[in-house]
Amino acid sequence: MGKLDGKTAVVTGASRGIGRAIALELAREGANVVVNYSGSVGKALEVIEEIKTIGTNAIAVQGNVGDAEAVQNLMATAIEQFGSIDILVNNAGITRDNLLMRMKEEEWDDVINTNLKGVFLCTKAVTRQMMKQRAGRIINISSIVGTIGNAGQANYVAAKAGVIGLTKTTARELASRNILVNAIAPGFITTEMTDALPEDIKTAMLAEIPLGTLGQPEHIAKAVVFLSSDDASYMTGQTLHIDGGMYM
Amino acid sequence: MATVLERVTKVVVDRLGVDESEVKVEASFREDLGADSLDVVELVMELEDEFDMEISDEDAEKIGTVGDAISYIESKLG
Repeated sequence: MGKLDGKTAVVTGASRGIGRAIALELAREGANVVVNYSGSVGKALEVIEEIKTIGTNAIAVQGNVGDAEAVQNLMATAIEQFGSIDILVNNAGITRDNLLMRMKEEEWDDVINTNLKGVFLCTKAVTRQMMKQRAGRIINISSIVGTIGNAGQANYVAAKAGVIGLTKTTARELASRNILVNAIAPGFITTEMTDALPEDIKTAMLAEIPLGTLGQPEHIAKAVVFLSSDDASYMTGQTLHIDGGMYM
Repeated sequence: MATVLERVTKVVVDRLGVDESEVKVEASFREDLGADSLDVVELVMELEDEFDMEISDEDAEKIGTVGDAISYIESKLG
């Protein structure tokens, strides 16, 4: 018996990193999972296989979340396959880091398009179904930097702060229909994104974390399960900071 | 076969929980039938399902009364 038996979850950007851990954890709690990915088809299929081993159902759907048509296709495929969408996890994200002075318009646009507009498009596309169901959970993955800022990430930070505002507004608009919308702001989590950082940067990061270690993708995935479950039925519009105490 | 008026009336009664007698052609969803903006969006969604048609956002914004909905649907059904 899982906390999410029989539910259907759509997780964007689920082939790698935090998204992958979220997809697997939702499956462990009994949910069927739609694994959205943009480029890594091989990785996405591995996630599908793992979920099937866990014992629930999963499909992979390719699509860029910044593209409205791709998003429509993603949600339509999910409904066709599983009959409902109970949980949407807006996780897909990219980085194009650069100093503000050097940041190209294209780098700005790409990140805003995927990390912020993507959340808007996916939320809009899933709302119709959730309104009919009179139930739904939307969990947006923001970032600690959306709250405290980060040099070299003007585009990413603007998008992640935007996600927190979007979370609050969506929560207010949809509360009367029992659609609960919350965000999670991870701190530094061990993924390919953070593995790529130089050692001296990692050491400096660790010094900023009261709990003294980097987080694991599972730390985020467990919180997604909580926000998706009946345990979280009286909270909406909130941002959970899961960062080892970096932001208080 | 139920008329468009009857089918629209049923959707409105179900959705807004109003009495059938209140659903007059000139009744405004918001002012007379107590709908908020989200209710109107949902009403349009259900009319789309009921009549198996797509109502664009531009067209949906013009539907303010029961009569607007009926004439829009009748024009689409041809």
